Amino acid sequence: MANTEMLVKELADKYGRNRESLLPILQELIDERRYVNDETMINVARELDLSAAEVYGTASFYSFIETEEVGKYVIRLCKTIVCDMKGKENVLQAIENTLKIKVGQTTADKKFTLKTTNCLGWCHKGPAMLINDEVYTELTPGKAIDIIESYINK
Amino acid sequence: MINMINLTINNIPVSVEEGTTIIEAARRLSIRIPSLCNHDDLCVSGNCRVCVVEQVGNPTLQAACATPVRENMQILTNSMMVMQARKTIIELLLSEHNADCTKCYKNGNCELQDLSNEYRIGNQVYIDLIPLKHYTIDQSSPSLIKDDSKCIRCQRCVRTCSDLQAVSALSAAYKGSEMKISSFYDRPMHEVICTNCGQCINRCPTGALTERNYIDEVWDAIYDPGKHVVVQTAPAVRVALGEELGYDPGARVTGKLVTALRRLGFDSVLDTDFTADLTIMEEGTELLTRLKKVLVDKDTSMALPMFTSCSPGWIKFIEHTFPDLLPHLSTCKSPQQMFGALAKTYYAQKKGINPKDIVSVSIMPCTAKKFEATRPEMRDSGYQDVDYVLTTRELAIMIKQAGIEFMKLDDEDYDRFMGESSGAGVIFGATGGVMEAALRTAYEIVTGREVPFQNLNITPVRGMEGIKEAEVKIENVKPDWSFLEGVTLRVAIAHGLANAKRLMTAIRDGKVVYHFIEIMACPGGCLGGGGQPIPTNLEIRKKRAEAIYAEDENLPIRKSHENPEIIQIYQEFLGEPLSHTSHELLHTHYVPRKRY
Repeated sequence: MANTEMLVKELADKYGRNRESLLPILQELIDERRYVNDETMINVARELDLSAAEVYGTASFYSFIETEEVGKYVIRLCKTIVCDMKGKENVLQAIENTLKIKVGQTTADKKFTLKTTNCLGWCHKGPAMLINDEVYTELTPGKAIDIIESYINK
Repeated sequence: MINMINLTINNIPVSVEEGTTIIEAARRLSIRIPSLCNHDDLCVSGNCRVCVVEQVGNPTLQAACATPVRENMQILTNSMMVMQARKTIIELLLSEHNADCTKCYKNGNCELQDLSNEYRIGNQVYIDLIPLKHYTIDQSSPSLIKDDSKCIRCQRCVRTCSDLQAVSALSAAYKGSEMKISSFYDRPMHEVICTNCGQCINRCPTGALTERNYIDEVWDAIYDPGKHVVVQTAPAVRVALGEELGYDPGARVTGKLVTALRRLGFDSVLDTDFTADLTIMEEGTELLTRLKKVLVDKDTSMALPMFTSCSPGWIKFIEHTFPDLLPHLSTCKSPQQMFGALAKTYYAQKKGINPKDIVSVSIMPCTAKKFEATRPEMRDSGYQDVDYVLTTRELAIMIKQAGIEFMKLDDEDYDRFMGESSGAGVIFGATGGVMEAALRTAYEIVTGREVPFQNLNITPVRGMEGIKEAEVKIENVKPDWSFLEGVTLRVAIAHGLANAKRLMTAIRDGKVVYHFIEIMACPGGCLGGGGQPIPTNLEIRKKRAEAIYAEDENLPIRKSHENPEIIQIYQEFLGEPLSHTSHELLHTHYVPRKRY
């Protein structure tokens, strides 16, 4: 994938090759590719003269830098206490049944990945979830299924 | 002008230089503040929190390792608040630690265990998290074992691997309760850029990183009546083993080491120093051949400077990190592997033993040697040339297991042959030693005279400076070497892979020009190796180095080419340096490796 190599070089030219350029480069790679795989991280490591383990260490620290393949839409359902008390478990089951996947999995057509997340800051309107950068609040199982279906038809 | 800061620690006044940390200032008053993440060789991190102290007037405790002193500070290192907090911190660390101490390899040599002992940590106060987490034990490497269930995440290993070695095979990954010390993508250690140097093992305060030990395998070989077990001992072992067995750092225990090995039941106790001398003959000749090809034949395929190849951690480092520079490496095997190849050929023939019945064991200051012995290239005798590699620490365990009272042993001498060594062979254990040994021989081959340094001590290449340089002007040469007349031989030495990386980068960028370069992977050279007694720090490395040079000065023969067994092996077996037989048994090749 000479493509990746070129993209990483371009990003390093844009952000610089210092240690502190690592995060913006990773963030833009996520925007472009949705996730960074081992080959991408090795390219970043070479370009910034870091070790691949250091790049992986940084990438794995951040929840929004995916290091495994994810679907086109990443669903992140809030798992923290307020959303939990407001019925997050029923919402989760509804989504799992609709997409036929469990938390942590990706649908066979690579369209959806289902994850849980720590607090999104929408406790007053829980349960809440993110689909990519879009926030959905005051979820019920039915509402969640409608939202998912709108993405299926996109 | 250094600014002095006045403070009190436990109400005792002390005055220290500005920038000193509380933990260092306390040490001046003989007050030890415990710490599990602080290490003399490493930068400050403040991860473990065990070193917390009370600053009078400040409601929060301070990490003594990470807090610089300030004027009029009043520090209490063992007030009620400190003692309670410290005990809680230790209990919390233990709640995430697999504290099955009696079955742990580090039992008796563990900083966390010592601290739990000091603070008399009793019943579990906090929930034992070990059964709740999915810890992995990585036993993929022939050199080391990484057991995450014993890791307290102090990150000494991470700092060692990045700051001292510039490798960063290990990094902190994930966050919060998931945080762990991880290789790239959590891949097995034998697949990643790890050089097996073992410096992390030497600094790990628990049993999370240990050498892979072969003690039982070696006992089995010794007890097997059908096996002839030969053992070789590396130069740096004799100046460090004593630390494990009751001596202060810097004790030379060569004679007792030999006696102990004999008592353990090895059939023949031989010396890696012999093949260190042989390395000098081969490598010195290789250097002179390369110089001739470049300077006289204008052969552009020959790479200069030539790099030494004795350190297997360095070899794996260059294979991963600078594969384009591999042609610069000397093709000579390390002394361990030369010894291994000869033990199952020359030695076997002379003794009339079938090489398949020989078990070849080596005692090394090094964990990378364990990996080196398993390299597929290292089977030139038709068998695995070296069967088992034990570190200095493993040998100490065997000596204790056998009930040998080491300090009371008499001194004995190595068996012959392959047991004779020169002082040049001994100094292989210190940074600059291979260079010094090579210069003593190469200069004399070319000029017929001894190196122009008092008492053969080439002091510019000695010492703990990260990168050292020296020049030797070659004059009045013998006729065969006329092309070297007036040439100034430029050499450089680096120890610790971070220094090696700096030197390699400068060479690749064309900023420096040398003829010959010595690299040892570990700080201080082999005497600071990853298989050496714990702790190892600068002060201890200096003491071991003094011992090595004293050992050299006390030997009657100080030049490799004057070792009578070396002269004999060339007459009887090898012919001459770089001969066909030499190439078959004593030289090797290298493989480029991936960058992660």
